[in-house]
Amino acid sequence: MLTFILKRLGLAVLVAITVSFISFSLLFLSGDPAAALAGETASGEDIEAIRRLYGFDRPMLVQYGEWLFSALRGDFGESYYFKLPVASLIADRLQVTMLLGLCGILFALLTAVPLGVAAAIRPNSIIDRLALFLSVAGQAMPSFWFGLILIVVLAIQLGWLPPSGASTWRHFVMPTIVLGYYAMPAIMRLTRAGMLDVLESDFIRTARAKGAGETRVLFKHALRNAIIPVVSLAAVQMGFMLGGSIVVESVFALHGAGFLAWESIARNDLPTVQALILVFSMFYIIFTFLADVLNAWLDPRMRSA
Amino acid sequence: MTTPLLSVKNLNLTIPTGSGTLHAVRGIDFDLHRGETLSIVGESGSGKSLTSLALMGLLGKSIARSADEMRFDGIDLLAANRRVMRDLRGNRIAMIFQEPMTSLNPAYTIGDQLTETLLLHRKVSKSVARARAVELLEKVGITAAESRLSQYPHQLSGGLRQRVMIALALMCEPDLLIADEPTTALDVTIQAQILRLLVDLTREMNMAMILITHDLGVVARVADKVAVMYAGELVETGPAQEVFATPSHPYTRGLLRCIPQPGKTERGAPLGTIPGVVPSLIGEVSGCVFRTRCPHARAECRAEIPQYGTPSHGFRCVYDDGALSEEGEFA
Amino acid sequence: MSNAPDPLLQEIQGPSPRQMLKTRALGHKGLLFGMAVVGLLVLVAILAPVLAPHDPYAQSLMNRMVPPVFMGGTWEHPLGTDHLGRDYLSRLIYGARVSLLIGAVAALISGVIGTAMGVAAGYFGGKVDAVVTFLINVRLAMPVVLVALAVVAILGGSLTVVICVLGLLLWDRFAVVMRASTLQVSRRDYVAAAQVIGASTPRILLTEIMPNIFNNLIVVITLEMAHAILLEAALSFLGLGVQPPTPSWGLMVSEGKNMMLFEPWLVLIPGAVLFVLVLAINLMGDGLRDVTSPEGRS
Repeated sequence: MLTFILKRLGLAVLVAITVSFISFSLLFLSGDPAAALAGETASGEDIEAIRRLYGFDRPMLVQYGEWLFSALRGDFGESYYFKLPVASLIADRLQVTMLLGLCGILFALLTAVPLGVAAAIRPNSIIDRLALFLSVAGQAMPSFWFGLILIVVLAIQLGWLPPSGASTWRHFVMPTIVLGYYAMPAIMRLTRAGMLDVLESDFIRTARAKGAGETRVLFKHALRNAIIPVVSLAAVQMGFMLGGSIVVESVFALHGAGFLAWESIARNDLPTVQALILVFSMFYIIFTFLADVLNAWLDPRMRSA
Repeated sequence: MTTPLLSVKNLNLTIPTGSGTLHAVRGIDFDLHRGETLSIVGESGSGKSLTSLALMGLLGKSIARSADEMRFDGIDLLAANRRVMRDLRGNRIAMIFQEPMTSLNPAYTIGDQLTETLLLHRKVSKSVARARAVELLEKVGITAAESRLSQYPHQLSGGLRQRVMIALALMCEPDLLIADEPTTALDVTIQAQILRLLVDLTREMNMAMILITHDLGVVARVADKVAVMYAGELVETGPAQEVFATPSHPYTRGLLRCIPQPGKTERGAPLGTIPGVVPSLIGEVSGCVFRTRCPHARAECRAEIPQYGTPSHGFRCVYDDGALSEEGEFA
Repeated sequence: MSNAPDPLLQEIQGPSPRQMLKTRALGHKGLLFGMAVVGLLVLVAILAPVLAPHDPYAQSLMNRMVPPVFMGGTWEHPLGTDHLGRDYLSRLIYGARVSLLIGAVAALISGVIGTAMGVAAGYFGGKVDAVVTFLINVRLAMPVVLVALAVVAILGGSLTVVICVLGLLLWDRFAVVMRASTLQVSRRDYVAAAQVIGASTPRILLTEIMPNIFNNLIVVITLEMAHAILLEAALSFLGLGVQPPTPSWGLMVSEGKNMMLFEPWLVLIPGAVLFVLVLAINLMGDGLRDVTSPEGRS
């Protein structure tokens, strides 16, 4: 188990370094970051001044090294637009996004897992068809459009919920649904497939032969085994969801990290964009790492390996 | 004569398929008394396992069960509801399955899985259940029983897992133990150990046992009674020694020719085979099912075959004298 | 020798794999629906100049936000007009071109990249596999929407840029699936046989491996096409994808958003069309998977 964790950790670190390099090099995609920063009306001298000010005149690898080491210390430089340290800017906004992500994944799990189990117990029943319909629709639904529909119906027509903002829990209901629905289909399908598979296995027959009741067979014996891969998937989805928060936050004007990303991209605020890409990637890397460890711990076969 | 512990009359199992109804098991009759071991023998696919699952009430939803009688110790199994069946399963009727590698839940320890059975059926404390589990693990010949309780199935070998399965089946001291090919998946040396263990335990606990197998060598060693099954029917039933000494149905004879017998089979002589394949059981099945492979088949075999022989040793064959010539059989 | 199928032979062999595929396909409602809708929309996209009642770019400030015909509008503009007085139906019809073009080309680019990586990883294994698996991990760790937005913003939003960015970002599923399929196929005996008789590696990849993973490839292409269409719509909705005045459905939703309070149909119509197209492509992909590998149905 320990060797597994160490190996997995090594991979996570390598992935993180590579991602950091890619997000750093985005800056150079435009050819000349100084010119991009200075704007279209700037003169050659202005651009040259900016180049020296930000150190763009040095070799790229040197700049990357500096950036990475500052980043490791929690210093992502200063935002071009907000004129604030990027780190504190992101830290401020991250709370909203984390809360939203957490609510979203909980919503997804709480709807998808029971639905998947119910669908697996009675394949081709009405509930199975409903689950299939919801997952097929969910995969095709543009999340921004789904969000706007919710606003039109729940906020404007019915007036049940506030259309935008983040001041009370009621502001989080619609964003949670939209973000959670994004992760639901995959979790539902995996739960259903896993349960169908496990319910066919010999040890389920053993449990029934013991005289265990159907509820006990389903939840204690079957779900315990079927849920293991769902844990990993949920972590992966959580990582994707934080990345997807950019769309949801802009629809509902939730001022989280996703909204910040949108703002800073629109304003060419590259240090903030770079830092956000790195931060979102880090979350994904950490989540998947934790999920793999949790998975190994949940599965006795891997725990003792 | 005492009333039997288990009595089955005219058990039929059918499975609807795309191309018609599959008559998987037809007209099964047998009685089983306490302390007796009945061995159901047949090729794979002959309906042995389905019969045992039918007794446990563990058939899949798609399989239809019907019978004139299925009675276990005075309880009508045909009329029993889910509650009654649940109370019987694992408690008074226990079962050991063919696949020890996959029959234990990978997510729980041996101890959890053993004690679960007892905790489900008896009002006992966890420590009592654990003590019982240790006792049984020792009884089935597992060393360091105490420490095994915290191990997971994947940490045990196939032989050990099958021993655990036996211990699991015995947790509540069942009256009837159904062992479905308990040794098929194991090494030959371990097969003998497990078999001896089962026989000893049934004697010691005065259990009845139904041993399902395709291995006649196994039957000869342990069974009191034998039921030979072919394509969903019992073609011959009787006391083991009698059936082995005077097999009356051509299929039984064919089976016996397939195994070498000390003293009877000549050194270097080819072993027998039964040519042909099992007929399809979809749609109406009539007459002797074995006629397509039987060297003695004649026109009458198409008609209904009555039961011949004595009540204790019966068989279904038009050669009602049970004295077929030994000539011309399965060369 | 005649080419007519021998009836006796046919009876013995049963239907050919191709016939069975056809039977299964015709019995799969999702696949039929998906193919019908996608086919229809492809036709609409191709025939856009013929079908569109108006020029999708022609503004008419006199006729702004005319409601669709079912909400009291006239047949002059069956689906009404937008905030600049452009005919909504015509813009929708031309929008199909944008969506389908982006989806198809992006899926093609990422398909080439991902398949090359996946097949190489699955066939050669060892270090190649390790590198590809690592790259897949890196790619999955990058937030797609964010990176795509940033790159489009830096390079400037145009159809070409959006297509290229999506094509370079969405190869992960191709790589994962193609790697797994190649791994499976390359263990089969006929590949070993080809290696034994001394067939060259490119030959084995082309004649033994590719034909046997092609079905999976088609399925991933359809699903990724849907993915690319959704992403383009999201980028355009956020204002950092296809730039106005190009008619993109995502952009139309974005433009209608401000008037959503009073004219919700401005948002509902393009979103619904987008939803139906993606749904149809997904149904087609799922259906193809069911039909081509009936044993691997979920």
